[in-house]
Amino acid sequence: MHHVTLDTWSRLQSPLHRLDARAKIVAALAVLVSLALTHRAPPELLGGYGLLITALALASRVPLLGLLLRAGLVLPFALGVAALNLFGGDPGRAVALLGKSYLSAYMVLLLLATTPLHALLRGLEWFGAPRFFLMVAQFLYRYLFVLSEQAQHMRRARQCRAGGRSWPAAGSTVAVLFARSYDRAERIHRAMLARGFQGHFILLDPPAAGARELLFLVVLAAALGGLQLALWNR
Amino acid sequence: MEPLIRVSGLRYRYDEGIQALDGVDFSLYPGETVALFGPNGSGKTTFLLHLVGLLAGEGTVEVCGLPVEKKNLAAIRQKVGLLFQDSDDQLFMPTVFDDVAFGPLNLGLEKTAVERRVRECLAVVGMEGAAARAPYHLSAGEKRRVALAGVLAMEPQILILDEPVTFLDPPGRAALLSILHRLPQAKILVSHDIELARELATRAVFFSEGRVAASGPVDQIVERYRWG
Repeated sequence: MHHVTLDTWSRLQSPLHRLDARAKIVAALAVLVSLALTHRAPPELLGGYGLLITALALASRVPLLGLLLRAGLVLPFALGVAALNLFGGDPGRAVALLGKSYLSAYMVLLLLATTPLHALLRGLEWFGAPRFFLMVAQFLYRYLFVLSEQAQHMRRARQCRAGGRSWPAAGSTVAVLFARSYDRAERIHRAMLARGFQGHFILLDPPAAGARELLFLVVLAAALGGLQLALWNR
Repeated sequence: MEPLIRVSGLRYRYDEGIQALDGVDFSLYPGETVALFGPNGSGKTTFLLHLVGLLAGEGTVEVCGLPVEKKNLAAIRQKVGLLFQDSDDQLFMPTVFDDVAFGPLNLGLEKTAVERRVRECLAVVGMEGAAARAPYHLSAGEKRRVALAGVLAMEPQILILDEPVTFLDPPGRAALLSILHRLPQAKILVSHDIELARELATRAVFFSEGRVAASGPVDQIVERYRWG
């Protein structure tokens, strides 16, 4: 079975990985809000944010190049708006927009790369995100790989008998996959009932965040405050 | 001796009209391991689902003296542990720890009791070090053992094993068999694997067209129905 890279990264061992998910969510949000508030971000300030996130990434031992390249996936979406600003005679704003988009994606990726999804979802639940949506996300993630494997098996079976591509065959594969997924959902529900499920999930409370998390957030807040102050003094 | 499971005259028809069970009589006594044989579609799995109240047909089904009906379902599902054929159906929580803890939490146990049970059950199946792992990172044999730990965490008196060694390689099969041998619970084993039944079962029951056609020693049933 193959696994997504972020999932593999999220299970590495590092000081950042060991931090409580809630502290990392707050940290990521703080960086995103701070970035959003820098209205006309000069390149050196964006560089400061870049250095800050890179320092965190280095502490996390996640492959830096992989993170930097993946964060670039956001650029095509930002390019359109940046181009409008550029042709509108505001190149500074265009650069700032691209930089802020890239850095925001960089920060979110770092959060995902240092926090297993289940811990992230538990953290979001603690902050009041609707449990129903989080459970749907959790189940979707859990069974995505199982579904993908089933789809691959069916594709191979089709190729063994028919060879080339065929839209009708692909359509029927999707239909069969849907029916199988429905059956699996029923079996999962039965397995849940067989172990006493009564309609709502009972989870153990996550352990309390400690001094380590507090220190991390204080240092991050100081760094963000310093960057904002630098912008203010320009 | 009172049977742990007593079923009499159980009938069940699916919505599409298929008569899956047509008057099943069955008993399971303490200390027994009963192998259920029979062709695909003979009603074995439908029968098992009745024992934990996941399907409800006509007739009598009693588990540990309790009729299988809505008001007793929570107690019955604690007494009967069902190991599903496909472990991916059973391992739905994000980590091995969360999955094994799922049943004890539904029983309303305190945090320390839940943690103790998870630790003990993972040790029974030899997966102590896997608590933090994601189920989709496990091999088929490991998944089956973790699923069994999740069932054992309910502290059941009866284990129902639906094709427990399917998809397992020889080492995985041997590891699971050695664990099953050590478990003291009465067991119902559904399998087409005759060798497995010979190793584990004290008796066999043959299902045919939704009925129990015969019951007796494993070899006798295998020979009578040429099931080898």
